[in-house]
Amino acid sequence: MRLELREVLIANVKWGERTEVCDGVLFVNRNEAISYVSDDPRFEYVDLDLARPGESVRIIPVKDVVEPRCKLEGRGEVFPGFIGGMETVGEGATLVLKGAAVVTCGPIVAFQEGLIDMSGPGAEYNPFSRTSNVVLVVKPKDGLEKHEYEEALRIAGLKLAYYLADKCRDAKPDRTKVYEKGSLDEENAKYPHLPKIVYFCMSITQGLLHDTYLYGADMKHIVPTLIHPNEKFDGAMVSGNCVSACDKNTTYHHQNDPIVEELYRRHGKELNFLGVIPTLEDTRLSGKERAAWFNAKLAKLLGADGAVISEEGYGNPDTDLCMNAKICEKSGIKTVIISDEAAGVDGKSQGLADATPEMDAFVSTGNVNEMVELPPMNKVIGYPEAIANLSGGAEESLREDGSMFVELQAIIGSTSELGFGRIGARWV
Amino acid sequence: MAYKVVCYINQFFAGMGGEEAAHQEPFAKREPLGPAMQINFLLGDEAEVVGTVVCGDSYYGENIEIARERCLELIKGFSPDLLIAGPAFNAGRYGVACGDICVTAGEILGIPTVTGMYYENPGVELYSNKTFIVKTADSARGMKDALQNITTLSLKLLKGQKLRPAEEEGYFHRGIRKNFFYEENGAKRAVDMLLKKLKGELFKTEYEMPTFKKITPAKPVKDIKNATIALVSSGGVVPKGNPDRIRVSSAESYGKYDISGIDDLSPEIFESIHGGYDRVWANKDPDVVLPVDVMRQLEKEGVFGKLYDYVYTTTGTGTSVANAERFGKEIGEDLKKAGVDAVILTST
Repeated sequence: MRLELREVLIANVKWGERTEVCDGVLFVNRNEAISYVSDDPRFEYVDLDLARPGESVRIIPVKDVVEPRCKLEGRGEVFPGFIGGMETVGEGATLVLKGAAVVTCGPIVAFQEGLIDMSGPGAEYNPFSRTSNVVLVVKPKDGLEKHEYEEALRIAGLKLAYYLADKCRDAKPDRTKVYEKGSLDEENAKYPHLPKIVYFCMSITQGLLHDTYLYGADMKHIVPTLIHPNEKFDGAMVSGNCVSACDKNTTYHHQNDPIVEELYRRHGKELNFLGVIPTLEDTRLSGKERAAWFNAKLAKLLGADGAVISEEGYGNPDTDLCMNAKICEKSGIKTVIISDEAAGVDGKSQGLADATPEMDAFVSTGNVNEMVELPPMNKVIGYPEAIANLSGGAEESLREDGSMFVELQAIIGSTSELGFGRIGARWV
Repeated sequence: MAYKVVCYINQFFAGMGGEEAAHQEPFAKREPLGPAMQINFLLGDEAEVVGTVVCGDSYYGENIEIARERCLELIKGFSPDLLIAGPAFNAGRYGVACGDICVTAGEILGIPTVTGMYYENPGVELYSNKTFIVKTADSARGMKDALQNITTLSLKLLKGQKLRPAEEEGYFHRGIRKNFFYEENGAKRAVDMLLKKLKGELFKTEYEMPTFKKITPAKPVKDIKNATIALVSSGGVVPKGNPDRIRVSSAESYGKYDISGIDDLSPEIFESIHGGYDRVWANKDPDVVLPVDVMRQLEKEGVFGKLYDYVYTTTGTGTSVANAERFGKEIGEDLKKAGVDAVILTST
């Protein structure tokens, strides 16, 4: 399976007469873009705003971030099950507006969205402070149920990301990346002596409002399955999560999964990358056990020597993490864990809600409870009063001058457990 | 003006002798003695050793409270900005004295304190959470490196410079997790670690697994018909308006609320403030999280004796284990005092 990611590099975003890319600037026809996503009867109104790196802008509360992509060649369309149909994706060529992002904004569950600062100390922790953002602010019709609001906003975000890329499909790519990997037989024959690695992508599946979608399927109803890593690049996995912001895997994270990137980079050199197992974090013990046993079984059937296991969220998913590590290790599959810690504001508490000795190779992506001082921003997009209710925020967090003192977990993507960032908690 | 540093050393390093002088009572000199001379040299122009406090190891160990108080007075007399004790290497009594005086001076004078020990020194386990203990060799043969590392760390502390992680600064960590930026992202670090593990090479985990305390469960209730049962919940159901301002996540407190005379938690007087789940149903009927209605029913049917008059509630999402443990201990003691026989814990 071969996929080309044709990247058009975006350094800035501006309103324009038509939606297009010129010399690294993404121009957006505001009215056309708004009307493209406004046809949902559940919206009272839809508005768009722009936020660029370095600006004194705070976006709050952020629900999801999506990278604009569309298919240029090959079967299907991006975000299968939402934008595209059900044909499997991951082949041909995909256009990427690299450096641009769609940010969806709206107080759905009030306390389970995060914030993005485009400059200042908060920007250091946030990958989306460095992207040129088209921000979608949507007000729902009165009385709309929260999960309906979530769904409407989720789909609107995907549509806007597709619209932006689709309008720019004639833009000349600045660079092309090729991701190619054949069947297990082919790869095993090519690299008989390299360690075979599989990747478990643990996803929050605790809905309502805490869900992840695979080809449009609500993952809480599936048993773990296998996908080709290329499918992730085409938006096979979509976030429908309203959880603590720091360690939720936004759709952007899935599209740019750094674990897939890293395993691909070393494929054929230091390892043989078998594939991705999207797996769940059930709320029930039986569900956790089923998923963990299925993951280990799939890994075993694939002939895996090792597994990279990433978590999403914290707290009860720590138990899924432990089970995955334990059952794999007992089956002879070596594991490494990527997870953040909830070590308390003072950093003195143990950082996990569950632990097992098999998790002896642990990559930390930071203490979510560490406090961060965020100065006021000149402009706020969204609903600033939401910080009182964000996970990691408390009413006293928002001061009169607009500055905030919040836990790191209020900053979206700051402790990504896909290992997207460089942060990690260490002993002092 | 140069920062003022006071050094604490034992009788041996003050040149007074070994065991025969170990009962030496505390005294101070307005000059650097023993290793403090080299410390003074290494501190350079930025800081100065203004005094040395000496105490025999046996004296300190056998009269710990008096020794602590007398040494503290002597240290205080110099109004120092920082205290350096030892280094004690693998000397057990000396390590305890160094650790104890550092922790005391830190707590009472509010100054940073630094000492140095070998990892097997019992002082490490006793005091590493409360002072900076620089890693040293097991004996004074490692003096040169020990003093260099101690003064480097001391100068950083005096100048309020940001410290790197403990392993890079060369001290035993204080049990605190702090965020830093690595050179590489987490995904690359993970694949590196896994490849090393697969090859059987040495690898270093970034977080050693915590050991969980095992709690022995209480004995089963013998006489359920006469038992008083309490409801305790991490589901975040509180009286409407959240009067105790319990945080929606990462809770640092819990609430205790009177439910006597209440048969059913109505959404008019109770609500969920929990930050980790969708509250739509809990806010339509708070009993689904905190089942007062069912408990009242069972109470009336005589299934058990009495539903305790108070419920305890907090939010269990992102709440640190240390806080959760404290809540549990306090609530448990409270319930025990009130003669409660059993508890039903509801979580979400």
